[in-house]
Amino acid sequence: MSEKEDYGKAWEGNDKPYAASYGKLMMWFFLITDTLTFSAFLAAYGFSRFKYPDIWPNPEDVFTHFPFLHGDHPLLFVALMTFILIMSSVTMVLAVNYGHKMEKNKVILWLSLTIVGGCMFLGSQAWEWGHFIHGDKGGIDTKTEYVVHVAEGEELSSVYSLMGVDGHDGSHHHFTTEEIISSLENQTQYNIRKADREYLSNEESITYLKKHATKVLLGANLEDNEYGHRLFADYFFFITGFHGFHVFSGVIILIIILINVIYGTYEKRGHYEMVEKVGLYWHFVDLVWVFVFTFFYLV
Amino acid sequence: MGETENQGHWWIWKVFWILLIVTTVEVVLGIIKPSFLVDTIFLGTKLLNHVFIVLTIVKAAYIVNVFMHLGFERKSLKWTIVLPAFILVPYLLFILLTEAGYAYLMH
Repeated sequence: MSEKEDYGKAWEGNDKPYAASYGKLMMWFFLITDTLTFSAFLAAYGFSRFKYPDIWPNPEDVFTHFPFLHGDHPLLFVALMTFILIMSSVTMVLAVNYGHKMEKNKVILWLSLTIVGGCMFLGSQAWEWGHFIHGDKGGIDTKTEYVVHVAEGEELSSVYSLMGVDGHDGSHHHFTTEEIISSLENQTQYNIRKADREYLSNEESITYLKKHATKVLLGANLEDNEYGHRLFADYFFFITGFHGFHVFSGVIILIIILINVIYGTYEKRGHYEMVEKVGLYWHFVDLVWVFVFTFFYLV
Repeated sequence: MGETENQGHWWIWKVFWILLIVTTVEVVLGIIKPSFLVDTIFLGTKLLNHVFIVLTIVKAAYIVNVFMHLGFERKSLKWTIVLPAFILVPYLLFILLTEAGYAYLMH
């Protein structure tokens, strides 16, 4: 079947608006709407961040961990996730390219590697979410809706080291504000850092907490967020979650297309345009991540 | 298509290296935070953030033009796809970010 006949059938009138097939055009229309959806999410994030500029959490203080490494390594893990996604975009282009040349086995190879890349990305995101939910340093909620953190002098410390326990030993910890205050009274080297990054002295900290502290926060969820303003966690779950859901659907669609390629569906059809269409979606997912990476982690 | 089809894969790897290098530059800048970029405030935010935004748009342009092949499509299709984003996204950002400034003052 020649390309012309195929397009003619799709539009039932031999017209080819924009010289693109029906399927590709519709994929592009879907991607435009999805672009606007993600833009709205990120713009809303920008709104909240500009509304609370003094107390908004600093992303580098939040995402600091790397598997099997101790200490703080801001940005490294997200950089790795970005690399994985770029790499899987490259394997996708290669699959599309071999599709044009009708080389079935090469399409199978590169499509499979794209799926592996997608799964690696999802795994990394699960790890990142796990860490975010478990929490790192702990925080104390105050009546003013601002979250304050434990510090040692001018250096950020953690609720766990103030209480003398290991926060990553796997057990479930729970502290009351009274326990925190009495620990501050016993260990005068500790103090707190307010949400606007102002460090208080030990006595000031005790007075401040006695007056305002409502709850000790360990970890993050949609209600409480130890890292700072609760909207930060809400946006994190919502935006990275929505993107992760796109990656997940992408992996599922890629698997379906791969099965079709293996069965020879597109060989029989005479062209691999379906691989090209799912490729468009996959690159779009990469494109969104480029923006999420900048606006959630870098800026 | 057509033009790129018979030229091997060098253009794919070229874009890969561009994306990788730009991302590396972003991460390095994000870690060392050069003081002249952090201390200069331009249009309400650090100069460093403007650098990040420009680099992000460079990456996005390569992905859309080469990987998604939009650069090789017909001109009318290209503009149909990018114009809604070019008009609506800056508009949305302008409204929300300006309004956030007032929300901050009220708050």
